[in-house]
Amino acid sequence: MMMQRANILMPVAIEATFQSQPQRGMATLKAISIRLKSVKNIQKITQSMKMVSAAKYSRAERDLKAARPYGVGAQQFFEKTEIQSEDKTEPKKLLIAMTSDRGLCGAVHTGVARYIRNELAKDDSQTKLFCVGDKSRSILSRTYGKNILMVANEVGRLPPTFLDASKIAHEVLKTGYDFTEGQIVYNKFKSVVSYQLSTLPVYNAPTVEKSEKLALYDSLDSEIVQSYLEYSLASLIFYTMKEGACSEQSSRMTAMDNASKNAGEMIEKLTLTFNRTRQAVITRELIEIISGAAALN
Amino acid sequence: MSFVRNARYLMGRSIHNIQKRGFADEMKLTFAAANQTFYDQSEVRQIDVPSFSGSFGILAKHVPTLAVLKPGVVQVIENDGKTSKYFVSSGSITVNEDSSVQVLAEEAHKVEDIDVSEAKQLLSQYQSQLNSASSEEAKAEAAIAIECAEALVRAAE
Repeated sequence: MMMQRANILMPVAIEATFQSQPQRGMATLKAISIRLKSVKNIQKITQSMKMVSAAKYSRAERDLKAARPYGVGAQQFFEKTEIQSEDKTEPKKLLIAMTSDRGLCGAVHTGVARYIRNELAKDDSQTKLFCVGDKSRSILSRTYGKNILMVANEVGRLPPTFLDASKIAHEVLKTGYDFTEGQIVYNKFKSVVSYQLSTLPVYNAPTVEKSEKLALYDSLDSEIVQSYLEYSLASLIFYTMKEGACSEQSSRMTAMDNASKNAGEMIEKLTLTFNRTRQAVITRELIEIISGAAALN
Repeated sequence: MSFVRNARYLMGRSIHNIQKRGFADEMKLTFAAANQTFYDQSEVRQIDVPSFSGSFGILAKHVPTLAVLKPGVVQVIENDGKTSKYFVSSGSITVNEDSSVQVLAEEAHKVEDIDVSEAKQLLSQYQSQLNSASSEEAKAEAAIAIECAEALVRAAE
């Protein structure tokens, strides 16, 4: 289907270039002015996108500041008990990709997808994916479509809430895929100009219960551990969503700033070419008139 | 002269040591909700939390434990004796070996900020929702909401 359409398009495109070739002067002038206009429009769009994402970014950063202690607190238990999955013989992995639906934000989503692709390249038989956001799905579905367990849409338009996170956590637990090793792949926000691809481990109840240090903890039954883990999964997802959203907005801001700058450069060059061509056209017309007049004398 | 200075130096050091020893007995509390953070690794004297296995107070050197928060009031007593009360909807409590405590709530607000009449209105709204609920799932959801709203009213009063 795609091939067919491409075949039809090709001759038209060639024809168009042939047509524009012999006519110079006025026609190129027109073409340049159209081009100039479109670039100017694009610059306007990128500029306003930058403004929008700057506003969204400041909010995301504020949210993230409030959510950081929360996320760090949620990780404390796992760090202090030094849990490690013992079942190395047949690990069933789950990777949760934290991206969003929106593009035009630099390498935020591709970074996450690249990490996952590298992981899958090692061994894709025992690994499943949970894609949060359409971008990771669209990047990964072509090569690793069969590994995708589930996709969460409508991420990124609004700031993430705890409700979103608990919905995702609920779906992760509901899929019935008994993973032994889980990982949340997300972008950790560092500053306006930088973020770092990071991972957070996720554990299931049997792994936690086998952990040595858990014996130190008092009055635990499996029900408490289970609900504790469910809640902490939601908290971790919430925290990583906040980190991801903030990185995305900051990265979009930078990307749009760069795009506006590039468009500005292009406008400068095009204006120069436009003026040169305009002058050339005037000169040529003058020459034509003068030489015409001279021929009459 | 130098003897006096030495004595003062030693005294200063011993005071410092005592303070340091006291430091280990204190617990660090992280009390955060999805909407805001109340305490970030700050030292407090005592925390009372409602959990599904019963309400309990946490002092320094509490035995490590995990618990699930129940809708209710978390009371934090700071080192200077100042007491603050917060309403929490749900969440988790972690007490670690090193006396660090993490109370993570889904939603938490200061008790002073709760409007009693609003809370009561919410409760009656959920009660009617329970009566009109048709499926099991909707009933369970409404029951949870009522439990939370009841705790909210109790906290506000």
